[in-house]
Amino acid sequence: MKQIPDPADPGALDPETRTLKRDVKLILDESDSYGVEMALQLVDAAGEGEVVLVSMAPNNERSGLSTALAMGAASATLISDPELIGSDALTTAKLLAKAIEPLGADLVIAGSESSDGYTGTVPEMIAALLDRPSVTAAKSIEVEGGAIKVQRQTDAGYDDVECPMPAVVSVTAGVVEPRYPSFKGIMAAKSKPVAEVGIADLGFDAGSVGWDGAGQDIVDVTEAPQREAGEIIEDDGESHLKIVEFLEGLKVI
Amino acid sequence: MAVSSPFYNDDHESYREVIRAFVEAEVTPNVHQWDLDGVIPHEMYAKAGAIGFFGDGFDAEYGGHGQRDAINRLMMFQELSRSGSGGVVAALLSNYIGLPPIQKFGSDAIKAKVLPGCMSGDQIGALAITEPSGGSDVARIKTTAKRDGDHYVVNGSKTFITSGMRADWFTTAVRTGGEGPAGISMLVIPGDVEGLERTKLDKMGWLASDTATLYFDDCRVPVENLLGEENAGFSMIVNNFNAERIDLAAQSVQFARVCYDEALAWARERETFGKRLADHQVIRHKLVEMDRRINACQAWIELLAWRLNAGDDPVAEIAEAKVDATMTFEFCAREAAQILGGASYLRGDTVERLYREVRVQAIGGGSEEIMRDLASRQLGL
Repeated sequence: MKQIPDPADPGALDPETRTLKRDVKLILDESDSYGVEMALQLVDAAGEGEVVLVSMAPNNERSGLSTALAMGAASATLISDPELIGSDALTTAKLLAKAIEPLGADLVIAGSESSDGYTGTVPEMIAALLDRPSVTAAKSIEVEGGAIKVQRQTDAGYDDVECPMPAVVSVTAGVVEPRYPSFKGIMAAKSKPVAEVGIADLGFDAGSVGWDGAGQDIVDVTEAPQREAGEIIEDDGESHLKIVEFLEGLKVI
Repeated sequence: MAVSSPFYNDDHESYREVIRAFVEAEVTPNVHQWDLDGVIPHEMYAKAGAIGFFGDGFDAEYGGHGQRDAINRLMMFQELSRSGSGGVVAALLSNYIGLPPIQKFGSDAIKAKVLPGCMSGDQIGALAITEPSGGSDVARIKTTAKRDGDHYVVNGSKTFITSGMRADWFTTAVRTGGEGPAGISMLVIPGDVEGLERTKLDKMGWLASDTATLYFDDCRVPVENLLGEENAGFSMIVNNFNAERIDLAAQSVQFARVCYDEALAWARERETFGKRLADHQVIRHKLVEMDRRINACQAWIELLAWRLNAGDDPVAEIAEAKVDATMTFEFCAREAAQILGGASYLRGDTVERLYREVRVQAIGGGSEEIMRDLASRQLGL
């Protein structure tokens, strides 16, 4: 799960690195809150097991982890290291996969894509690195024996997919209602274990991560164009024809 | 979150974030509809219960927080009050006036029977003190509970009972002895007891809260539902009012803040005579006067909550703070309405609702006049 700057108080891009400044309090990404909720519901349904969080964030930031722990997760691994600044999606996936591997998880659940800087590829990369089946865009997950049944969201509806565990599943936003942390959950979260690991703990060196290890460079960032003022048409009794003309111009009718 | 006050620690701030998100998503968008409905959905109790909203001051084994933290409680009620609906707060508050006597004075058996269901929000607790024959003069209540074997037989009536139409448990003041305060007991009466009838009361404000008159006609209540000793109820009632009053003060200050915020937003946006309302000196002074009073009240109630946590029992000061809070609320509701003009006279407007809710805040839980009198006696005047 990813911890991101609060979208209600959006940060700025660092002019030098052209990446989002993340030196603020980071919160649980809403898109990941669906994955956390889905995982908690699966554990509830199974009557056994636990949810363990894995997150990579700068400055040992754990506010978002605390929220997920307060929701009911049992423990967390936090990957944080100054050398990680500038890491691309593949490096991120490699580090996460390395931290996930020893947990022996039956199921790795992720959000489909994060809400700040996103590629939408990390869960699939983790699956490939761990050599596990990958199912994307899940709207529901059901565990049956050693396998999972997944309803996979499509434009037309959903596909029924089955695959053996262990597996990696990314969850579509909005498919479950993430619970609010309770008072008891917040208090309990304070004593839940959070293992902090750096790149050396995971067997990486500085040259293979961060800007040095990135297979990409952000060459330029262009601001999205401002919305242009719309055309105002005074209704002279014939304005419906202009609406039709406008929609035809867009080729929507 | 920036440090808002020296009294709030990280736990308070973490819980504040949860309650704020909960209120913004689940409560505020619905308050006008609930006013029209005359009630909040029952499921709101379960939703509030799930985040631990009812737990302050209750044992963990029954689903409570396992601690009493007046700062946390102050924060909880003020966050809920940001919704701008006293009716919603009152409905949920009924647990906090009905249940503490059970926690403090009830046997393990009655606690186990009542508290878990109310903490989770599956059930609702209410307090039944006031009678049609008088409100503030609690020592003269007339509802009787006569012992008959293993039961008390209750006869009489109660009125202005918040959550009265659907509460599952009524913590009720009854007369078990002679006249005066020494003859009063507290009895927990189940909502489904035979012989209980309820009549809904229509009100000026708090429309989203169900308020009722209760009629007890030979209601048989098990003796194990008695709280503490027989005829020891008066001090329980007095003790309970103290917490209710600081809760009411906290809400009133927050409602004043909501009025201020609404007026400020309008004053910045609305233009008259070629400039923003906020650019007129007469309006600027109104806003500063509101802010000034709110800040003073807020600082005072936070200090009182801190004193409660430190083990102090500032009865006179809490009574004074309630007066100050409701007078500030009344002032701010009036001034906000003046600034908003006609908009504040329309149903569905937040200031319109709060303007109608001023009176109940200034009367419920002890009127301003009774509060001053109580404070004067405490001060030994």
